[in-house]
Amino acid sequence: MPLTPSVFADEPTQDGMQPYLWTMNFGPQHPATHTTLRLVLKLDGERVADAIPDIGFLHSGFEKIGESLDFNQYVTVTDRMNYISPMSNNVAWHMAVEKLMGITVTPRCSYVRTIVCELMRISDHLLCLGAMGLDVGAITHFMFAFSGREKIYEIAEALCGARFTHSYTRVGGVMRDITPQVVGMIRDFLKFMPGVIDDMEKLLGQNRIFVDRMAGVGVLTKEEATNRSCTGPMARASGVTRDLRIDEPYLSYPDFDFKICCAREGDCMARYQVRMAELIESLKIVAQAIENIPAGPVNIGPEQRSVLPPPGQVWTTIEGLISHFELVMPNRGAQVPNEEAYAAIESPNGELGFYVVGDGSPRAYRARCRPPSFVHFATFPHLIRGHTLSDVVAVLGSLNIIAAELDR
Amino acid sequence: MDALRACVGEVSVSEFRGATRVVVPAATVHDALELLKEKHGFDLLIDVTCVDYLNYPDAKDRFGLVYLLVGTDTNLRLTVRAFVNDPDPTVRSVVDLWEGANWLEREVWDMFGIKFAGHPDLRRILMPHEFTVFPLRKDYPLQGMGERHNFPVLTRGES
Repeated sequence: MPLTPSVFADEPTQDGMQPYLWTMNFGPQHPATHTTLRLVLKLDGERVADAIPDIGFLHSGFEKIGESLDFNQYVTVTDRMNYISPMSNNVAWHMAVEKLMGITVTPRCSYVRTIVCELMRISDHLLCLGAMGLDVGAITHFMFAFSGREKIYEIAEALCGARFTHSYTRVGGVMRDITPQVVGMIRDFLKFMPGVIDDMEKLLGQNRIFVDRMAGVGVLTKEEATNRSCTGPMARASGVTRDLRIDEPYLSYPDFDFKICCAREGDCMARYQVRMAELIESLKIVAQAIENIPAGPVNIGPEQRSVLPPPGQVWTTIEGLISHFELVMPNRGAQVPNEEAYAAIESPNGELGFYVVGDGSPRAYRARCRPPSFVHFATFPHLIRGHTLSDVVAVLGSLNIIAAELDR
Repeated sequence: MDALRACVGEVSVSEFRGATRVVVPAATVHDALELLKEKHGFDLLIDVTCVDYLNYPDAKDRFGLVYLLVGTDTNLRLTVRAFVNDPDPTVRSVVDLWEGANWLEREVWDMFGIKFAGHPDLRRILMPHEFTVFPLRKDYPLQGMGERHNFPVLTRGES
């Protein structure tokens, strides 16, 4: 059935007693949807009686593309899924591939990946919190948040050359090793960031207008959160104490001291507070990791026949040239078992996992992404029912929907 | 496992890099998942997806459904697999167990054309509703079948 407002309006209401129900089209292009998604709202005065999400405007067949690109090439596509925290996607993708191929990364690589994942969490939460404030009218809050994000972009540029689409990881390692310059920039960032968080918290944490808009809106209980497959800050704001970093430790997270941030209320304000608290915990993790990066190689050795050798080795040694050739030629490449593996990380938005099926070739037979935004957006009609039209943007902001990840 | 075997009949268990997989008959997926949810604490459905084994080496069945489960108290993970075949691949929907399965099953229907019996709202979710084929099947070409060129164009005059 085509989902047009007129068709939707002609549906008889349940009791047939509300001829004044309005149907309103929210999106696909609306500043508060941030990207392209559409909601068909059924309004009773200013109350939202029902909402039907209509998605797919940004569908670009990422999973289909994954079946024709090799494991290193596909990382550029994962950047474009959740483009607010690209390195988290890169890490999740290569963790799944490495699990399939049976590769264990070096301790240094594990630390570097942990650091970039946490920087991306800070970046993602800053955007979400800033936009949440912006949607309900606090533009200064948005500017504070983006001053912090700009620093992260600069760090990413020094680390891998790209500000936005990083494509930082490779099978068995990362694109470039972390340099003393980047370490210095991250140290500066760690000094700079608490001030930003403080400003943001002072501006909105106790602000009566903001709290009135957020508290009690879009409540999700603990049982509903689990039943609706919610993960990450969404679930933690409802009292689910699940965090993959602690429950199923991956990378170097067991080495660090940090807390899981939870709230009980499950409303928009709780989601705001959980994200705010996670910023501080992430800074703690980065501060511990940056001072303790182990020495040694960042990539696994060429004897594992899966990671590309560094350019210098390719140009000057015959072994490097041969192993590069073996990996990039279409009829050769890395050896992959006829098996399937799923690996997940705690991405800023929730559990981000990849289900990779190998068929012996250097390409994935199937590259399924488990997108947290998709699962969280499915709860939206439930959250908004009974609230007012102006709460739509508040709830949307608190869910942190990234439409590119939603539609893939 | 024994409880599962008693409930749904033949079950094959395999392990790969620490992940346990259970293959159950397609007709009993709902019963198996209900048992795992109610009796064994697998209360979080992480993902529902599908793999098309058309050109896969040594594959016997066409479609393999994947249910990824997690126990939030026990922190255990379990992958439940079920295989269905053309024509008319159908399994029973699990929306009555997990609300979160709603969109995930819709996406599998949209991409692979697997019907979920008892699903409350089985419409296309990502592709346009005029679409007639299922794009993630292996017999669908990467560059599409010309849908983009034949897409209906609405001009300002007609609207």
